[in-house]
Amino acid sequence: MFRFLLKRLALTIPTFIALMFITFVMIRLVPGDPIEVRKGERGISPERLAQLRHEMGLDQPVWKQFLDYANGLLHGDFGTSIISKAPVLHEFLTLFPATLELTLSAMIFAIVLGIPAGVIAASRRGGVYDQTLMGLALTGYSMPIFWWGLILILLMSNTLGLTPVSGRVDLIKFYYEPVTGFMLIDSLLSGQKGAFLDAVHHLILPMIVLGTVPLAVIARMTRSSMLEVLEEDYVRTARAKGLSWARVVGIHALRNALIPVVTVIGLQVGGLLAGAVLTETIFSWPGVGKWLIESINRRDYPALQGGIMLIAGIVIVVNLLVDMLYGLINPRIRHAK
Amino acid sequence: MALLDIEDLEVTFRTSSGQFRAVDGVSLHVDAGEVLAIVGESGSGKSVAMLAVMGLLPWTAQVSARRMAFEGRDLLGLTARERRKIIGKDIAMIFQEPTSSLNPCFTVGFQITEALRTHLGLDHRACQTRAAELLQLVGIPAPEQRLKAFPHQLSGGMNQRVMIAIAIACNPKLLIADEPTTALDVTIQAQILELLVKLQADTGMGLVLITHSMGVVAETARRVSVQYAGQKVEEQTVADLFRDPRHPYTAALLAALPERAVGRRLPSIPGVVPGQFDRPPGCLFAPRCALATPLCHTTPPPRREGALCHYPLHDGIAQGHPGRKETAA
Ligand SMILES: Nc1ncnc2c1ncn2[C@@H]1O[C@H](COP(=O)(O)OP(=O)(O)OP(=O)(O)O)[C@@H](O)[C@H]1O
Ligand SMILES: [Mg+2]
Repeated sequence: MFRFLLKRLALTIPTFIALMFITFVMIRLVPGDPIEVRKGERGISPERLAQLRHEMGLDQPVWKQFLDYANGLLHGDFGTSIISKAPVLHEFLTLFPATLELTLSAMIFAIVLGIPAGVIAASRRGGVYDQTLMGLALTGYSMPIFWWGLILILLMSNTLGLTPVSGRVDLIKFYYEPVTGFMLIDSLLSGQKGAFLDAVHHLILPMIVLGTVPLAVIARMTRSSMLEVLEEDYVRTARAKGLSWARVVGIHALRNALIPVVTVIGLQVGGLLAGAVLTETIFSWPGVGKWLIESINRRDYPALQGGIMLIAGIVIVVNLLVDMLYGLINPRIRHAK
Repeated sequence: MALLDIEDLEVTFRTSSGQFRAVDGVSLHVDAGEVLAIVGESGSGKSVAMLAVMGLLPWTAQVSARRMAFEGRDLLGLTARERRKIIGKDIAMIFQEPTSSLNPCFTVGFQITEALRTHLGLDHRACQTRAAELLQLVGIPAPEQRLKAFPHQLSGGMNQRVMIAIAIACNPKLLIADEPTTALDVTIQAQILELLVKLQADTGMGLVLITHSMGVVAETARRVSVQYAGQKVEEQTVADLFRDPRHPYTAALLAALPERAVGRRLPSIPGVVPGQFDRPPGCLFAPRCALATPLCHTTPPPRREGALCHYPLHDGIAQGHPGRKETAA
């Protein structure tokens, strides 16, 4: 297992370097640089511009900048934000819990609804439930995040007044120090009445918006995997034992059907983080996604570069974890050497 | 009273290209303590008939029968819940492919104890003890360790032993073994058959043994029912059947036995079992039958002298046959 992990990690190194290089170049291909976008209406004198560029190392050739950056990265230095002058890693870590809370809840939302939906659809193949659920899944899958988010805000917040429009917490009513960075937990720890409910209220819409696509993917994958497994001989054996339908489907079939579903869940993580960028922007959710968008607008090269590298790293680690989980639920893989 | 009593069982599948009758008027009965063999080529509806007894056919199958009773209790009228109390407990079944019939995600122990918990309500410890005992009974060495094994860690023969252990876990009154040895290699086949026969003799359960092979029939069963294209063509005691087959199909099957073969080539029956699209209007075996007359090709045969045939054999002579009177083989 350990050797397997090392091998997988080693395989990701070239990907990582390629990613670093491509983003590094692309970021610099975007018109405007950190100083130009800040010079404002009145402009800036050419001498001052050149001086600032020199201070930031932007007058160096790109390959030189890249090597400097890579060198820093090797020493664990993600650089310093041009805007806030704070270390990029520190900024990222401060904001990441918000993103993690959002993506985790979206994923849990998708799994908790998606798997049962797929199971129900499969066991009622071709029936009304199946057609309705799969129709919904297809709709959900095709829903653009921006549009879906705005629709939900219009409906739930504007028309019905059920949920707040933005943010993670009502700052006028509640204030508490972050402990874990997870609002759901911190609000409970704060002991303030109503704080938890408030945090839930803030979370619910972004969670649904971000969770919709993975929900649809998981439901469809569970259904098709389940349909395949239900044809298997061992399902017939389970039925021949006189087990209840719930046990046959929920234990014997589902356990096998989950194997490909887990892989799909792992593959969703990348998309989920990409979706988080949009979702955080719509809902002013103070996470790394919103921070990345702001970094783009301000051409904050180090923040942008560091953020992308860190997110890529997270996706890679999560996929590794999923591979390990895969072995855990599939004994045939676990025992293979 | 017969343990299992079936009269005129019909199973029809709804397929995208119309109805297909896989079992067509099969009657059979099994008494307690008896071994009944069902023989027939691939596609003759042996599995489908027994799956109908178990209630394990897919929803596309329509099952009807004049009578299908277990210990006098009508099986067709049971609700799914009532039937689940019987199958796995009083009627158990094992299948052709042992390895794919076991769930790859669960240990052998889990899969054995499941039936014990469901039907007998044993607690965890009692289950473990009984499961180890069962493995011992089916001839698996070091049972305590084997309980923790997954099916892919065991050989096909071992897995079939595990399947048998699952099937006999609740001391069934009837065991249906659907070609339990077809997927195994020859030496293991003999061991598994021996085990089944021994368990049957020790427990006194009824055993239905589905097989392709007349050789297996000779070694195990007392009575044998021959099935062809969904119909029962004849039924006799094994001794009588081997001595004096009534139906030309049975005679052909017997002639195909390697030890009865004359010459170097293994004889076989030319042609295949008719399927959904090539069902003849008259006798279903007529297209492959050496004795077929125009009558055979146009008119479904009556049941005469225990055989579904216009001209049943008697000591190798086709009774009432207009032309040749030689044997079918
Ligand atoms: N689910 C199904 N839908 C349609 N036809 C089916 C289905 N299951 C079986 N059949 C058909 O029923 C016929 C009888 O099949 P069955 O499996 O009972 O044969 P068998 O005698 O057990 O043969 P084998 O020795 O190969 O196991 C076959 O022609 C088969 O194609
Ligand atoms: Mg069969």
